[in-house]
Amino acid sequence: MLESRIPAGPLADKWDNHKFSIDLVNPANKRKFEIIVVGTGLAGASAAATLGELGYKVKAFTFHDSPRRAHSISAQGGINAAKNYPNDGDSIFRLFYDTIKGGDYRSREANVYRLAQVSNEIIDQCAAQGVPFAREYGGQLANRSFGGAQVSRTFYARGQTGQQLLLGAYQALARQISLGKVEMHTRTEMLDVVVHEGKAVGIVTRNLLTGAIESHSAHAVVLATGGYGNVYYLSTNAMNSNVTAAWRAHRRGAFFANPCFTQIHPTCIPSSDEFQSKLTLMSESLRNDGRIWVPVKAGDDRPPGQIPEAERDYYLERKYPAFGNLVPRDVASRNAKIQIDREKGVGPLKNGVYLDFADAIGRLGRDTIAERYGNLFDIYHRITDENPYEVPMRIYPAVHYTMGGLWVDYNLMTNVPGLYALGEANFSDHGANRLGASALMQGLADGYFVLPYTIGDYLAESLGDPPLPIDNPAFVETRAEVENRIAHLMGINGSRTVDYFHRELGKIMWDQCGMARNQSGLEKALSEIPALKAEFYADVRVPGRADGLNQSLEKAGRVADFFELGELMCRDALHRSESAGGHFREESQTPEGEALRKDDEFSYVSAWEYSESDAILHKEELEFENVQLTQRSYK
Amino acid sequence: MRVNLRVWRQAGPDAPGGFETYQAEEVSEEMSFLEMLDMVNEELVVSGGLPITFDHDCREGICGSCGLMINGQAHGPQLGTATCQLHMRTFSDGDTIVIEPWRSSGFPVIQDLAVNRSAFDQIIEAGGFISVATGSAPDANLTLVPKVAADAAMDAAACIGCGACVAACPNGAAQLFTGAKITHLNLLPQGQAERWKRTEQMVDVMDEFFGSCSNMGECTTACPKGIPLEVIAELNRDYVKAQFINRKLTAQD
Ligand SMILES: Cc1cc2nc3c(=O)[nH]c(=O)nc-3n(C[C@H](O)[C@H](O)[C@H](O)COP(=O)(O)OP(=O)(O)OC[C@H]3O[C@@H](n4cnc5c(N)ncnc54)[C@H](O)[C@@H]3O)c2cc1C
Ligand code: FES
Repeated sequence: MLESRIPAGPLADKWDNHKFSIDLVNPANKRKFEIIVVGTGLAGASAAATLGELGYKVKAFTFHDSPRRAHSISAQGGINAAKNYPNDGDSIFRLFYDTIKGGDYRSREANVYRLAQVSNEIIDQCAAQGVPFAREYGGQLANRSFGGAQVSRTFYARGQTGQQLLLGAYQALARQISLGKVEMHTRTEMLDVVVHEGKAVGIVTRNLLTGAIESHSAHAVVLATGGYGNVYYLSTNAMNSNVTAAWRAHRRGAFFANPCFTQIHPTCIPSSDEFQSKLTLMSESLRNDGRIWVPVKAGDDRPPGQIPEAERDYYLERKYPAFGNLVPRDVASRNAKIQIDREKGVGPLKNGVYLDFADAIGRLGRDTIAERYGNLFDIYHRITDENPYEVPMRIYPAVHYTMGGLWVDYNLMTNVPGLYALGEANFSDHGANRLGASALMQGLADGYFVLPYTIGDYLAESLGDPPLPIDNPAFVETRAEVENRIAHLMGINGSRTVDYFHRELGKIMWDQCGMARNQSGLEKALSEIPALKAEFYADVRVPGRADGLNQSLEKAGRVADFFELGELMCRDALHRSESAGGHFREESQTPEGEALRKDDEFSYVSAWEYSESDAILHKEELEFENVQLTQRSYK
Repeated sequence: MRVNLRVWRQAGPDAPGGFETYQAEEVSEEMSFLEMLDMVNEELVVSGGLPITFDHDCREGICGSCGLMINGQAHGPQLGTATCQLHMRTFSDGDTIVIEPWRSSGFPVIQDLAVNRSAFDQIIEAGGFISVATGSAPDANLTLVPKVAADAAMDAAACIGCGACVAACPNGAAQLFTGAKITHLNLLPQGQAERWKRTEQMVDVMDEFFGSCSNMGECTTACPKGIPLEVIAELNRDYVKAQFINRKLTAQD
């Protein structure tokens, strides 16, 4: 049933062979095809712009007020590519190898290799668009190294790489909009996918300004709707990021893969009170120059400056001499948790560890540090009222990225023909853990260089067929279901706010399905979530009306879907009784407390099929022909 | 601490608006300004009222969604700070805080504190890009960009498109926003081919929606990213040149 469509042949030739063998749509015929792209973050904007350029008729949708905004804009650190400009031994194979290993051998070799191959083209494309990447004095592009890599392969634009890459894609999209190739729908939220005779044929949307429910038909539907980290309530994701598009597709038949693989980022600002609405990331590029430590003595209350060297534990440098502060994110996060569980946490709420720049400032000077991290230091200062040039930063892990997502084949098509998923919304390239600076790379690879080719393979079959009319019963029924769902939420009229339920759900998820998971906790969550969901449907209060702008209603629909996703995440985490990457099962660890994979049992992608009762598990076995599976070691 | 809020409420684009007063009790200094509004909204919902509508997303000063006039200042009293980055420690117990939407005919009010900024998108669509088809780019290091040019382009490109510049300007002009994009692209070697056409077209669309600039400089003070006034000089200089050069180029066609 799960056909991954991985091309035959040697790893390095697969993508070229595939491009040659798939069906093409000739230029004159492209305008006969209509494609819907939902989401205009990095993945969606780059896809919509490129599809428009190629001549397809594109309709793009975003719930934001402009495609210049999306969660992608917050990415700080950088984007990887195998250019090997610094001549430090990087190569496509090495980027591939690092990504597979970093993902703890739970991703597909062929996809990851392709990602490494197209990474170089992304940099060329973005530089040509005018993305103001950092430069050396000679005018060449500058690189830095980033968590988990021993080479400098990360390209960056100050601390605003995501912003600049997104604006590049947005500008490319704006050009296609001005040429009439892309029809842009802003402040429009997709609430369902329409499936007819097993194929995706369109979507149902809500106009967020007027409340109008509308149907849109096309030959193919592309979802580039981002990740689902906000199921935890507190995360580094933008406030409006949500799972609804992917979840609705899942309910219409698309499999959801590896939902429990979530990434907890080690360097975030610890929360300061119970009203905290989101967590702010401090880019992990800071770990290049900052040193992480806690006091040796539990409960040490002295200010950091008064703790002498000998009484500081630089625990990452001590435990992992080869990688030190640059160990992958999951390792860094778990180690911070261990220190805090041992009551070595610092700061007013004892919920952080130090990230100290004193040595780097001494070695390189304040100006160099300011040039590298100035805006991050400013963000930190503004939020905490502490000056990181003078006192060490305090950091703590927070939910950051979701490796799981809609299952897709090598063409990025879900198991529902005609329905595609790109960027963070799919599961494809990061396995159980994503390396720093690889999400931007993957989003742009999918949008600029993969989907625009692979979609032709599906479209070619339906040349000459017009899109399904929107008065077809498939559209009418889906629309009616969307309207009923909204009417139902509006009609509950209970006593608690949507945020109340979201916060409660977040607590369950963080406690039981967060940095460390175990059987009894997950079972507990699986009984608590349905109970909370039932309470939501009995007691939530959605004020106002449905026929106009109503932010509470938008949130209510999203939280309703988060309940169902949360349950599936816990179910997935429970069934995977191994530790892999971001998924740490306490029952499966080495004597030294490191994550222990069970390759004999779990070397597969779990792909869940929706069912009203219990979700059904399908397995895509992973085959490794080019790398040898080893227990990750960063010692 | 406790603060009194006077908040602009307006049901829809054509509805009349007016101020409503709310008390925010038990506000913590660590709270962000928007978290304070979240709290007020939760209380409003529970007590049967309608929550205050405002746009926001990243809450870290980079997406440009948020934007409130706070006591008559775009993004409030702290320099170089977007509304979402403002913390309640900036205010004192007992303060009265007046909160309004951006006021500009270029940004019509949608509801309460949310406005329509799509005119900015239209300015970008008029030429705020470099035309390069996907896949057609040469190796990135074939085009060297002097570090100073790259840095200056980045300074301008840091604009988040929030609209504070327009809201702060007594004329409702959008020169800082438009100048930022023109400067970013016109400084780079990659941006030269379309330089003159871009400048003329973007400025012409800007003029359809926004007022004219009289160099008061309020925009740069309000800008959360500190986009410098030089971008307006750059815009003006290139616009004047573009008038000649574009005419010459058209004559050659
Ligand atoms: C703080 C932070 C820093 C990061 N830093 C880095 C970094 O340095 N390097 C790196 O590689 N990665 C980084 N990441 C990860 C990376 O930014 C994201 O994974 C990536 O940008 C996701 O892009 P996307 O296009 O898939 O989705 P998004 O950018 O989330 O875009 C989703 C789009 O879908 C739209 N949408 C969603 N649902 C609907 C719906 N139902 N209807 C209509 N529209 C919808 C939204 O409006 C939006 O346009 C960072 C992430 C965070 C949180
Ligand atoms: S919410 Fe993104 S800039 Fe304020």
